[in-house]
Amino acid sequence: MTDVRQIRFAHRRSADQARAAPPHHPVVIVGAGPVGLVAALDLASKGHRSVVIDKKSNLSDGSRAICWAKRTLEIMDRLGVGQALVDTGITWKTGKVFFDTRQVYEFDLLPEDGHQRPAFINLQQYYFEHFCIEAARENGLIDLRWQEEVTGIEQTSDGVLLDIGTPAGSYRITADWVIAADGARSTLRRLLGLGFEGRVFQDQFLICDIKMPMQRPAERWFWFDPPFNRGQSALLHRQADDVWRLDFQVGNEADRDEEVKPENAARRVRAMLGEDIDFTFEWISLYRFQSRRLQKFRHGRVIFAGDAAHQMSPFGARGGNSGVQDADNLVWKLDLVLSGLAPEQLLDSYEAERMQAADENLAITARTADFISPKGTMSRTFRDGVLALAEREPFARRLVNSGRLSVATCYSHSSLNGPDQFAGAYPAVRPGAAALDAPLGNGWLLDHLDGWFQVILFSRDGSVPDAFRGVQADLANRDRLAKFAIVSRETACARYGAEHDSALYLFRPDQHVAARWRSYRPGAIQAAIDGAMCKF
Amino acid sequence: MHLKREPNVGDFDALYAAVIEAHSDLSESESAALNARLVLLLANHIGDEAVLREAIAVARESIEAK
Repeated sequence: MTDVRQIRFAHRRSADQARAAPPHHPVVIVGAGPVGLVAALDLASKGHRSVVIDKKSNLSDGSRAICWAKRTLEIMDRLGVGQALVDTGITWKTGKVFFDTRQVYEFDLLPEDGHQRPAFINLQQYYFEHFCIEAARENGLIDLRWQEEVTGIEQTSDGVLLDIGTPAGSYRITADWVIAADGARSTLRRLLGLGFEGRVFQDQFLICDIKMPMQRPAERWFWFDPPFNRGQSALLHRQADDVWRLDFQVGNEADRDEEVKPENAARRVRAMLGEDIDFTFEWISLYRFQSRRLQKFRHGRVIFAGDAAHQMSPFGARGGNSGVQDADNLVWKLDLVLSGLAPEQLLDSYEAERMQAADENLAITARTADFISPKGTMSRTFRDGVLALAEREPFARRLVNSGRLSVATCYSHSSLNGPDQFAGAYPAVRPGAAALDAPLGNGWLLDHLDGWFQVILFSRDGSVPDAFRGVQADLANRDRLAKFAIVSRETACARYGAEHDSALYLFRPDQHVAARWRSYRPGAIQAAIDGAMCKF
Repeated sequence: MHLKREPNVGDFDALYAAVIEAHSDLSESESAALNARLVLLLANHIGDEAVLREAIAVARESIEAK
């Protein structure tokens, strides 16, 4: 595998730069990181062109996102990039937590079989971007513009006017919609004058990525108060290419300049892994993290996603994953609005659903941050109490919090949700929840949820019972409304509550459940789809 | 379920003495650690979040009401 970090993206003077009046594009995406690239690929999968602007000329370097969750892999499968990620990445699902030298906790993120994708893979962000860019280049609908940056923005009644600076002069374009996926230091956020308040954690963490062939299992190891970093925490996790992520909590007062010196970082590495190891550094940096989100994600025709909209502590891998899931939530709605099939208000549901997700992620990661870096004496007393009890008390192990790993959000109160006739049963697949995968005879359930509304009848004997007589009549010759399938495999039916009685599910284009029924009235599917499109 | 405010123990003096005795020979910081661990153990045993929140509210109020 070539070193993808050596790839350079040249600036190409687009035809837009020669035009007198600003050319118009339906969608402009600002930012070609994982979130912007996923949005472009998803729009292309639905037949929409996009222009993607990024000032960088190479893949995101440094040590950025590495843990990609199952839900994210499922989204990437839908976009045709999933296998490349899994093939290059390191699959893992278990983690061990240590206090001093003793293990106090072990977790398994995917204890059941029957899912196509693993709980997590570790893959450097530059690889994630690389595979997305390769797919984008093969796709004629995505116009990637490198070494260009937005220098001005103005919203009018017709659309958005953007000033773009490039090495070959500046130019202007207009857009119907702008997706602001330009990251933690978002230019668009600054240009629109948006406040971005929240919490800064004073604690500092030293990240070292080292290259070292090492025979160890691909488990996430986390230490509280280890001998090699007394009174602090540490993390060890494997990435692709024999690169390992090491993370050392170094405290509020640590000297930045001293910590990042290779000789000092090497001392920490050797203290963790052994004096005799042979390794090279890929990256060393010191960071503090923030916990905050925008008050609103939608500002007229400019819609924020990813780190541009929200930032959180990285323990739990919720930053990159929630950003990709933002794009997944947004694009099917933008598709419907662009196609004139749904009103613009549908985009307000992106804000409602993803702000719910952001708030959950922020709350969960803040609790982890408080456990790893307790504020105040009493918080530390309790934290140390949990760790001390965890060795012998099973309940205390559940309190040990070195990170609650990213899971898909269930939009339980979304205005897009339709009927739920299950009376609280099978909550894992209630309206708002992401679909659960299951093996089918010739593939996987999620492969059938390929970007449009899908109706699935789960019926153990494969027949359409009387309770659902009207379904096929409602969907006959209505491919544009929703696709229909009957699933009878045992695991799938069990997961969706159809072991005995059949069940009908409507899935949204983003694979989240929209509605589910135990019996059917004519017109119910149409009504539920209208509701999911905000056509009330 | 609500927090029990009425007497709920047989020999309360013996129980009270046991709690005090638990701290014998401990330094102040060790006592703080013991209290925290007792809270965690007992909270798990009680297991009812509403009851625990009520207890927290009552205890908190008794400190703030000066």
